[in-house]
Amino acid sequence: MRRSTRLNLVRHLVLIAGSAVVVVPFLWMFTTALQSRAETYTNTSILPTSWHWENFAQAWEAAPFGQYYLNSIVMSAGIVTGHLVLDALAAYAFARLRFPFRNTLFVVLLAALMIPTFVTIIPAYAIVADLGWIDTYWGLIVPRLADVFGIILLRQFFASIPVELEDAARIDGCSRVGTFFRVIVPLSRPAFATLAIFSFLFAWNDFLWPLLVTNTDEVRTIQIGLASFVGRYGTSWNYLMAGTLTATIPSIVVFLFFQRALVRGIATTGLKD
Amino acid sequence: MTEHRMFAPRRERYEREQVITAVVFLLPALVVLGVFVIYPIVAAGQISLTSWNGFDPVKEFIGFDNYARLFSDPEFWNSLLVTCVYAVGVCLLSVATGLTIALLLDAPLRGRGFYRGIYFLPAVTSSVAAAIVWKYMLDPAGFVNGVLALVGIEGPDWLQDRWLALGALTALTVWKNLGFNAILYLTALQALPQGVFEAAQLDGAGFWHRLRHLTIPLLAPMTFFVVVQALITSFQAFDLVYVLTGGGPQGGTEVLGMLMYREAFRLGDFGYGTAIAFVTLALVLGVSLVNWRASGAGRSSLR
Repeated sequence: MRRSTRLNLVRHLVLIAGSAVVVVPFLWMFTTALQSRAETYTNTSILPTSWHWENFAQAWEAAPFGQYYLNSIVMSAGIVTGHLVLDALAAYAFARLRFPFRNTLFVVLLAALMIPTFVTIIPAYAIVADLGWIDTYWGLIVPRLADVFGIILLRQFFASIPVELEDAARIDGCSRVGTFFRVIVPLSRPAFATLAIFSFLFAWNDFLWPLLVTNTDEVRTIQIGLASFVGRYGTSWNYLMAGTLTATIPSIVVFLFFQRALVRGIATTGLKD
Repeated sequence: MTEHRMFAPRRERYEREQVITAVVFLLPALVVLGVFVIYPIVAAGQISLTSWNGFDPVKEFIGFDNYARLFSDPEFWNSLLVTCVYAVGVCLLSVATGLTIALLLDAPLRGRGFYRGIYFLPAVTSSVAAAIVWKYMLDPAGFVNGVLALVGIEGPDWLQDRWLALGALTALTVWKNLGFNAILYLTALQALPQGVFEAAQLDGAGFWHRLRHLTIPLLAPMTFFVVVQALITSFQAFDLVYVLTGGGPQGGTEVLGMLMYREAFRLGDFGYGTAIAFVTLALVLGVSLVNWRASGAGRSSLR
């Protein structure tokens, strides 16, 4: 007993040291966001000597963070909705319906998942340019309305629901589309929640695609806005950290609220960004 | 008539109503994936054989010139070297840190959920935000050198030295993915058969002995997975590099993704950029294949 207590103490010490390494950048982001500009150059302590909450307002004036934020919300909402609807419909077809080339089609999608984004991004950009969608919400959202990961995730979940439930509903006179909406969808809430969280985090944090298809502040997302802010206001670390903090808050809030679903999703799918 | 009979049995195997529903359900997703994912894979192969600036309607076919150019391009060789050093570093450190944290969290410890949450925090933060904070911390007047000064060391200008910058990029990547790797390992650890460990303990096998001869071999399939994932993500690195160093100093962190972006979208050479993308693809596939072949554990895990 004594030995295991001592062992646990060592474990805690190592874990706390590790946590410190992980958390320091966040603390640093937070405290710098509240420092005066002069202090960011001479900082010796992690806490600001005076708290400058006005940095947030001033950062939002220095760059159109409000517009960036709105663009990120519109884009993320569009993509999450797309994934929930389009992926779910396709997943249901793969899980439950018998149709020609079902397996071939599924293997093609799986193979496409293994192709790095780099390979497809140049032609995809060219297509979006041809459609005249550069610098529009269309260009940000439409190409990512469906994704293979979501189809696989939901297909696995749908397949685990007993067919008997659907059969019962069909005997009671429910159509196939009806069973999808009344039996499968309500039973799959946890899977939908997991997909929605992943889709949101990917969309909100995405960088390369929005970088390519946006040119003006009207459609730029918060991540792109931040990255360009580094170039323009690189020396105003306090404003930069205030901006970074505001951009990070939605991801962290979603994470804190849905931690369990998120961790379960990773553990079962081995997904990684 | 005979034709009709020939196809009749086939038609019977599928219910008309199911096929129609399937087509309707699949169509929206397949249109999006077809136009923006599947077709681009084919189109990329074609673009890589042309000299195209991305806007001209005419794509001049130049055969394998873009690929030949790669061989004589010192920037490409530099980029390949940088990418490989970075990928190997990320790989080794991901396994080491992920496994360590998972082993610590595997014990029935108080506050496990709390630690797990903390370690996961960087993973949900955007690459841009993470890289901006690290850039600031690594500034000559930043946190890192501030801490070093406390113990009397004059810190270097991290992001201005080729290898230090690459090291910083590696550390940032590992920091960001720590939570993922720890959770993957933790899941694998908790699925291991406990009886074997108890038996070994009764036989007098100490912690290190069990770790070396039981835990690590039994975790081989997961290590395989973590390694492949780490390699694939580092071959495709872009966001972190773009913000932390922009590929500098003097190409010291110009990974393949940065080079592709610069050639295609800054210099307007889409053909050459696509050729670089295909080299990335070859690397990703090659690594998966070699790793898969080399590790018997990997084979069994895929079965």
